Amino acid sequence: MAVIEIKNVAKRFGEYQALHDINLTIADQEFMVLLGASGCGKSTLLRIIAGLETATEGEVWIGGKRIDHLPPKDRGIAMVFQNYAVFPHLTVFENIGFGLRMQKLPNDEVTRRVERTAGLMHIDQLLKRYSGELSGGQRQRVAVARALAMEPDVILMDEPLSNLDALLRMEMRAELKGVLAESNTTAIYVTHDQVEAMSMADRISVMHEGRIVQAASPIDVYRDPAERFVAGFIGNPPMNFLDATPQGAGQFLVAGQSFAGPSANKPLEFAIRPEDMTLSETGLTATAKVVEPLGAHLLVTCEVEGKLFRAVLDSDLRVSMGDTLTLAPMQDRIRWFDPDTQIAVK
Amino acid sequence: MNARYLPYLLILPVTLFLCLFFLYPFILVAQQAFSVDGGWSLKNFEDVIGYWKFPISFQNTMLLAAAVVPVQLALALLMATMVNRMKKGRDLILYVWTIPLGISDLAAGIIWLAIFEQSGFLNSMMQAVGAIDRPTNFLSYQNPGIVFLAIALAEIWRATAIMLVILVAGIGLIPKEYYEAAEVFGASPWKRFTRVTLPLLRPSLQTALVLRVILAFEIFAVVAALGGTLFPVLMGETYAYQFDLLNNGAAAAMALIILAISIAFTLIIMRALRVPKGATI
Repeated sequence: MAVIEIKNVAKRFGEYQALHDINLTIADQEFMVLLGASGCGKSTLLRIIAGLETATEGEVWIGGKRIDHLPPKDRGIAMVFQNYAVFPHLTVFENIGFGLRMQKLPNDEVTRRVERTAGLMHIDQLLKRYSGELSGGQRQRVAVARALAMEPDVILMDEPLSNLDALLRMEMRAELKGVLAESNTTAIYVTHDQVEAMSMADRISVMHEGRIVQAASPIDVYRDPAERFVAGFIGNPPMNFLDATPQGAGQFLVAGQSFAGPSANKPLEFAIRPEDMTLSETGLTATAKVVEPLGAHLLVTCEVEGKLFRAVLDSDLRVSMGDTLTLAPMQDRIRWFDPDTQIAVK
Repeated sequence: MNARYLPYLLILPVTLFLCLFFLYPFILVAQQAFSVDGGWSLKNFEDVIGYWKFPISFQNTMLLAAAVVPVQLALALLMATMVNRMKKGRDLILYVWTIPLGISDLAAGIIWLAIFEQSGFLNSMMQAVGAIDRPTNFLSYQNPGIVFLAIALAEIWRATAIMLVILVAGIGLIPKEYYEAAEVFGASPWKRFTRVTLPLLRPSLQTALVLRVILAFEIFAVVAALGGTLFPVLMGETYAYQFDLLNNGAAAAMALIILAISIAFTLIIMRALRVPKGATI
């Protein structure tokens, strides 16, 4: 059982506050993704869990044991690095077996585990090679195999796929998810790529400026962003925002149209995903500025009341620049945010 | 200009320079070493090797190299690791540590002579604290051990920095992530040094050791200053043949013997520290 508990963790680098009061519990065998733009503190948090960085405040517990004062090797973790960190002077075999050798395991046990994990990662043909003779993808596999060979309670991954090309990344994404699910370890995976996060995670922690703004399942993060930042960060293209004026009794006026909203009687922000709208007789009046046929669908960038507004429409529709469209948002997909606190209002 | 020939044209001046001032004199020296009275002969080599001072100067040179180089290697590695960990003042420390490099070997020998000679610092100090009654001559034939120690100390002081600068540059090139990976996978600081730093430093170690070992076989001025004739070394004998005995042929033969030893050790070091085939460091 390797539940990870992060309690009130903060990190300062001199004057700079990299992490503010992080609290997060990750369940046993859960696949948790830390998602955020560069500089949001996600890698720092991972490195604190790994023991490569010391938290200024707070505690880290793994499997009911406080581990933040222990050296990395005593934490029951293994790690996959962004640049792989596959040792160039060792063969693939010795790279995978590095941690096992450090534990002074007997030779036959090292061989057994190295061969098993190499098989799992489909690199059993490469065991005698050196890292200089491998492609980026193969090096990545070695790095993952090295971590799995430790049979750790927790596996930490720092942007492991970011140096691979797009096609390979998609392949490895699925493979990694499968391998990790079978290994019964708890995984923490850092990425700035929301597609990676959505497709792999059991739960996503969206981080922004050293805080976790939302920790929820991928579909909840997508459908019900807890903060305006999440709504604008997740989704490609992200959510559209328009100003909403209260008309009393849970009604709001948005771009000349009346919508049912929360009971709050104050100006809010109306938000809708580009794909949650259809062309209709009544709705928001939009002027098409750019039309991009993307094959699967049609991305139309319009203007509504002088604001940028995107709609994802059926690719069979004929829309040209300058056309006036009437877009009807799906009522159950509309979200509301408080412009002062940035928090979602229900 | 044809791009195919341009590189060759560009290295032509330096090639000519090397041929004129290194290769040509070298051939002349070799010619001198292998000829007696205008004819081809090994007599010069037989003479110098058969001379009674040859075995002792060979032995002294080897012993000195064997004593000095490992100490310098260990010190240079330690200092390089320390400097690499420093955040502030790194450059200042490096400059201070490399000051002896700027001092000629004869000057270095004289500095250490000023410490060890009869009226030197060491004598005054030991007398002042009452360890000895009157000044002693440490560097005499009665104290061969102290002579050896003084020469070794002077060499270590003078020439460790040349290895240090090479190793500092080499250590600086090792990516930090390798150390982090080693740490996460359970390597202690010592294991990280032996399993990551040393293997990845092999190219720099090769350069530093080859350079240092060759210089150790060429030791001359420090020995001349501190040991004089008490401690004959190969280079000193070469000098004596050339300028005291005016025997050009013998001096040339000695020079070639030193060259042969240097080449042999260079090959041994290169072989011992070679990077396995396929590994890229």
